[in-house]
Amino acid sequence: MFENLSSKLEVIFKKLRGYGVLNENNIKEALREVRIAFLEADVNLNVVKEFIERVRIRAIGQDVLSSLTPGQQVVKIVHEELVSMLGETDDRIAFAAKPPTIIMMVGLQGSGKTTTSVKLARKLLKEGHLPLLVAADVYRPAAVDQLKVLGKEIGIPVFDGDGTTVPLEICKKSLHYALEKECQTIIIDTAGRLHIDDELMNELIHIKDAIKPHEVLLIADAMTGQDAVTMARVFHERLGIDGVILTKMDGDARGGAALSIRSVTGKAIKFIGVGEKIDQLENFYPDRIASRILGMGDILSLIEKAQTSFDENALKKMQKKIKGDSFTLKDFREQLIQIRKLGPLDQILGMIPGAGKLTGKEINGKELIRTVAIIDSMTEKERINHALINGNRKRRIAKGSGTEVWEVNTLLKQFVRMKKMMKQLSKPGFMKRFEAPAQLMGGGRGFFPF
Amino acid sequence: MNEKRGVFERLKFGLSKTRTGFITGLTRIIGRGKIDEELFEELEELLITADVGVHSASKILSGLREDVKINKLKEPGDVEQCLKDRILKIIKQDNYSLSIKDYNPFVIMVIGVNGSGKTTTIGKLASKYRREGKKVLIAAGDTFRAAAIEQLEIWGNRSGCPVIKHQSGADPSAVIYDAIQSAKHRGYDLMIADTAGRLHTKVNLMEEMKKIKRVMNREISGAPHEILLVLDATTGQNAISQAKLFNEAVGITGIALTKLDGTAKGGVVISIIDELKIPVKLIGIGEEIDDLKEFEPEEFVEALFER
Repeated sequence: MFENLSSKLEVIFKKLRGYGVLNENNIKEALREVRIAFLEADVNLNVVKEFIERVRIRAIGQDVLSSLTPGQQVVKIVHEELVSMLGETDDRIAFAAKPPTIIMMVGLQGSGKTTTSVKLARKLLKEGHLPLLVAADVYRPAAVDQLKVLGKEIGIPVFDGDGTTVPLEICKKSLHYALEKECQTIIIDTAGRLHIDDELMNELIHIKDAIKPHEVLLIADAMTGQDAVTMARVFHERLGIDGVILTKMDGDARGGAALSIRSVTGKAIKFIGVGEKIDQLENFYPDRIASRILGMGDILSLIEKAQTSFDENALKKMQKKIKGDSFTLKDFREQLIQIRKLGPLDQILGMIPGAGKLTGKEINGKELIRTVAIIDSMTEKERINHALINGNRKRRIAKGSGTEVWEVNTLLKQFVRMKKMMKQLSKPGFMKRFEAPAQLMGGGRGFFPF
Repeated sequence: MNEKRGVFERLKFGLSKTRTGFITGLTRIIGRGKIDEELFEELEELLITADVGVHSASKILSGLREDVKINKLKEPGDVEQCLKDRILKIIKQDNYSLSIKDYNPFVIMVIGVNGSGKTTTIGKLASKYRREGKKVLIAAGDTFRAAAIEQLEIWGNRSGCPVIKHQSGADPSAVIYDAIQSAKHRGYDLMIADTAGRLHTKVNLMEEMKKIKRVMNREISGAPHEILLVLDATTGQNAISQAKLFNEAVGITGIALTKLDGTAKGGVVISIIDELKIPVKLIGIGEEIDDLKEFEPEEFVEALFER
């Protein structure tokens, strides 16, 4: 019941691999499973039906007779259809030829408009545009304060209406204010509203007519269920949206809403929110998300993340060490610190194929801190030569780091195993091993020490 | 919007969209005149589009098939009553009311993911008990989100209940500790504790929440007496994961299902009660301060099927 879509499909396709030939019957069974899995992932029923039909037609057609095994063939088709349904990567904001560019953020209550507005503003600031945040949510208590506090934190001006409490007037006034402050983009944070609330929907329409935004972005919660279709359709039909930002993607929601919303609006999902921190807004890559859904892992995201977070020199030094077999506890510590830079561990592990099962409760950043603390309580000599560490020393280390002896033992065991694995990894054929992630992860207790 | 309406009327009003969606489908399906496999399949799909979930939907349907067989039902109209009964059978629980006992103070801890409607629910809840003549204190335990404290204070003013707060960024457990002390010493009947929104998969944040619970329990034996999970009715099957993980962390005593005034069908409730046996105690059906109602299974199902 609580399996994620990836593991579910893994099982299905394992079943498929058992078949020698793909025929209409065993496709049927697989497709039924895909249907259930997609529904459990909160993809809208009608969207699922459409999807299944597309896959079925392609699977039974000529494509089946290619060089791949039938199982691989179905995976490929499902994956390709998923990617094509999710659309293209489109992280561009349609900037106006003559500034300011106006971006309007709309969505249901609690979808994350205010947080996302600030994240987007920060992103644009980093890209060299000075944005203005406009607090047009006059309904939710303290919504204006929230935007002001966050705007101040990242050093972006916030326009609060200057005494006006009518959203339309606030928006109109903000255009002058932006000119005054020389802001090239204006991000308008509107109040959350139900798509069936005529009065509030009309308010949005009036704002849109008056200020003619270049982008109307629909902010949607990744955890939304079947209703995502109705919500997105009404927003699009009544107001007209230009793109979508999917929030709360850092949870365990299977994100079927992405498929649903995309399929009813035809608009690109431009960004995804992946955390509560202001910099946790990422581009949406359909192939990566589709791969993640299908259990192939999100290696590309991981690599990109590693590239931006790791200190390149430290990495090079490390590679040398690994090759030379001089990997010590000191290097191990260094590496743990590097890993921490990557961000929350559960997020990282979610990107590794096969590691999906590990995410959740067991992964705890705190344990990483404990591990570092244990190494910190060793003497320099011990760190360079772990063989020195005997019972007495273990007790001292445990005491010094506020841990137990067994924890020190566990760490040492993991270190030894890791050292061994590194030696293997540095041999040619590394990538081959990487394709067998379960091995690499040592059942969850190998590569990473937790 | 402000005219007075009875509880049932308000519930129906709030659920009108749910009902319309459900009924149009149901009427069309039932009205076709024949009990056949297609009818069952369409009913199952109807439940799925209401976010009931594949598992619970097929469970309800297999029960329904049995009913039809045993009672030798011939009229599709009879199927409708059976379907209602089946759903009622799942969601009807012994303990779905929220009763405030004399614990000096009774402590309610409110938890949930970001944006589910915790603060609003607390505002409505405080107002409800204030109207009933109870002395209510609110603890601003969400020290993380910008302006969360200010938001809660506005609700405190509206409901006429004081809010105990620290600065933004303070340790939430410390706020709770202070609030409990003043609730104890100043003779409050009820203390409602807000907490920061957190995704159920974030280990550290879940630990922080456990700590808040421990502090409450240390200061008042048996506290918190109610742990309410606030769930957004537009949430799909992930709501089950939320309920499960929050329950494992601190033990949920009830669910407040918010935003039932949209087009979301709220069928996830059926799924959660079925899977996890956690009662739904409250429903949010609008943005007004008195738009929080007790969950009544009969009324819920009636309103769901009201023609």
